[in-house]
Amino acid sequence: MLFDRWRRGRAKGAAGGERMSRREFLRGLGGVGALLGIGASAGAAGSRAGRDNTVWQIDPDVCVQCGNCEVNCVLKPSAVKCVHAYAICGYCDLCSGYFRPGAPELDTGAEFQVCPTGAIQRSFVEDPFYEYAIDEELCIGCGKCVAGCQAFGNGSLFLQVRHDRCLNCNSCSIAGKCPSGAFRRVPASRPYLLKGVEA
Amino acid sequence: MRAPASRLELGARPRNQGLRRAALVVVIAGLVLAPRLFGYDRFPRPEFESGYLLPDSPTPEPRSVFLEYLDVGVLAAALMLSAFLALKVRRRWALAALSLFSLAYFGFWRRGCVCPVGSIQNVALALSDPGYALPIPVLAFFLLPLAATLLFGRTFCGAVCPLGAIQDLVLIKPVRIPRWLGQVLGVMPYLYLGLTILFVVTGTGFLTCRFDPFVSVFRLSGGLAIVIFSLSFVALSLFVGRPYCRFLCPYGVLLGWISRFSRRHVTITPEECVRCRLCSDACPYDAIQEAGPDQAAAARLEDRRTDVRRFGIVLLAIPVMIGAFAWAGSRLNGFLAQMNPTVRLARQVVLEDRGEAEETTLESRTFRASGTPGEELLAEAAAVQRGFAVGGWILGGFVGLVLGFRLLSLAVPRFRRDSEPDRAACVSCGRCFAACPIEHRRRAPLREARV
Repeated sequence: MLFDRWRRGRAKGAAGGERMSRREFLRGLGGVGALLGIGASAGAAGSRAGRDNTVWQIDPDVCVQCGNCEVNCVLKPSAVKCVHAYAICGYCDLCSGYFRPGAPELDTGAEFQVCPTGAIQRSFVEDPFYEYAIDEELCIGCGKCVAGCQAFGNGSLFLQVRHDRCLNCNSCSIAGKCPSGAFRRVPASRPYLLKGVEA
Repeated sequence: MRAPASRLELGARPRNQGLRRAALVVVIAGLVLAPRLFGYDRFPRPEFESGYLLPDSPTPEPRSVFLEYLDVGVLAAALMLSAFLALKVRRRWALAALSLFSLAYFGFWRRGCVCPVGSIQNVALALSDPGYALPIPVLAFFLLPLAATLLFGRTFCGAVCPLGAIQDLVLIKPVRIPRWLGQVLGVMPYLYLGLTILFVVTGTGFLTCRFDPFVSVFRLSGGLAIVIFSLSFVALSLFVGRPYCRFLCPYGVLLGWISRFSRRHVTITPEECVRCRLCSDACPYDAIQEAGPDQAAAARLEDRRTDVRRFGIVLLAIPVMIGAFAWAGSRLNGFLAQMNPTVRLARQVVLEDRGEAEETTLESRTFRASGTPGEELLAEAAAVQRGFAVGGWILGGFVGLVLGFRLLSLAVPRFRRDSEPDRAACVSCGRCFAACPIEHRRRAPLREARV
């Protein structure tokens, strides 16, 4: 079509009403080229496309509880929170995720707790078991309790990105600082990497 | 101890020992790793007698996929509307109102991510990393503005892009920057685009997102450094028209290329240009190619031979420039590779091994605790550095080519009968319409007739 108009334009000469200038012709040609370029990139990228959106998540088996989650999130407090997998918790009286090392046994004073914000609520279940629940409003995602539980307990406390808070930045600022590579994109339909849940 | 009966038995004994040693290693490793690998059973799970039920840990859902597709729909609608307002309605206030909507929706409500500017990186990642599945909404955010630009010019920039909108709406006192400075700074988006893609391909990170000056404004959050960076960009936008769009935006490069060939484009005057050049004063983005006076045209024709000679010289200089810049780019690869976390870690680990590091870093300690062999890390870092070495040549050559073309377009000043928007630079903001006297006649034909 483009070439037809051009040839007609050339045949008719300058006087022709439908004459197409060289500039117009080149512009048309460039337009076709741009269309092909967009189409090619769409095809190439489209062949790698997935229907599902992606979100950020922490792989708890890789996480080293370095504390970067607390300070590097664009949100204050961080969208990373501690999550408790009750199914693998030992319900210990002396919980290494709750008490500081060397704390006098059974003294739940704030100065003896691992959590800097007192976000872990300890409650009696039955002798000798205690339940530990996370108050997400208070949790800042520092991972201190996770480190304690990992070191001496069952590892039932772990960090996860909470998607009701996370802004899902295209370039997660925590992921860029994560020393162990525990942050990764996961499909939005399976947005958590939970412990103690049969996959 | 009896003597070995045969060579076979002699050989068998060490093999048995080896097996036993291997078994011992497996058992010890098993004891150490068991809690890590098999469900963390240091303490038995209690059997409750009081009928206590395990509480559920809530797992709040991410933003629904429906909303992601809704965003794509809003983007498509806004693109069509902006083209309609710029090409048909031709009113600045209408385009400004749409900008305000885009700023509110794509900026403050949706908080910026993912935007078409950033989506370049997702597309580059999908093409370079087979492990990344590009979400369809992200692909749509990348493609829709490109397609719209091929049809109508950069109307996306004018009234849909939230980054453009915030700069456009705060522009209160435009200061014209010198032409030469504009030309020099105008090369930066190409460099930024090249760097952005190089960083994605080498797995270094999303450069454009990390240095996005407006996303922290949209989110009203961020670290001190980025907030200062953001505020200074907003402050600059009060006086310099769209500094990010003109001198940094990598997506604008792609849109500029496509816009040159767009099927239709905003026109300054609705009919015949009277060459008053009032529109040039109204444009804060230096995006208008002025109509020249008639005498200049005659002078130009006489100078044609000089023009041709200059054109030829620049044309011959382009390969030289590509070569020179490619070489310069390759010199930069050591510096650029240091931005890559793997390369940085490998360097730190090597320095520590040699005893030259002042202290260990969090990254190096984590690496050592992970038990990954050092050779693996070094091989990975070497691969990244090779990527930067090749990428440095290509990036430099690309910048040389861009500079060459820029010089080529300056070498032969083109005479224009009418003032026209520079298709590559014009963002269809609509400020020139009201400056055109012919446009005034179009808007109020009755008043004209009465006079």
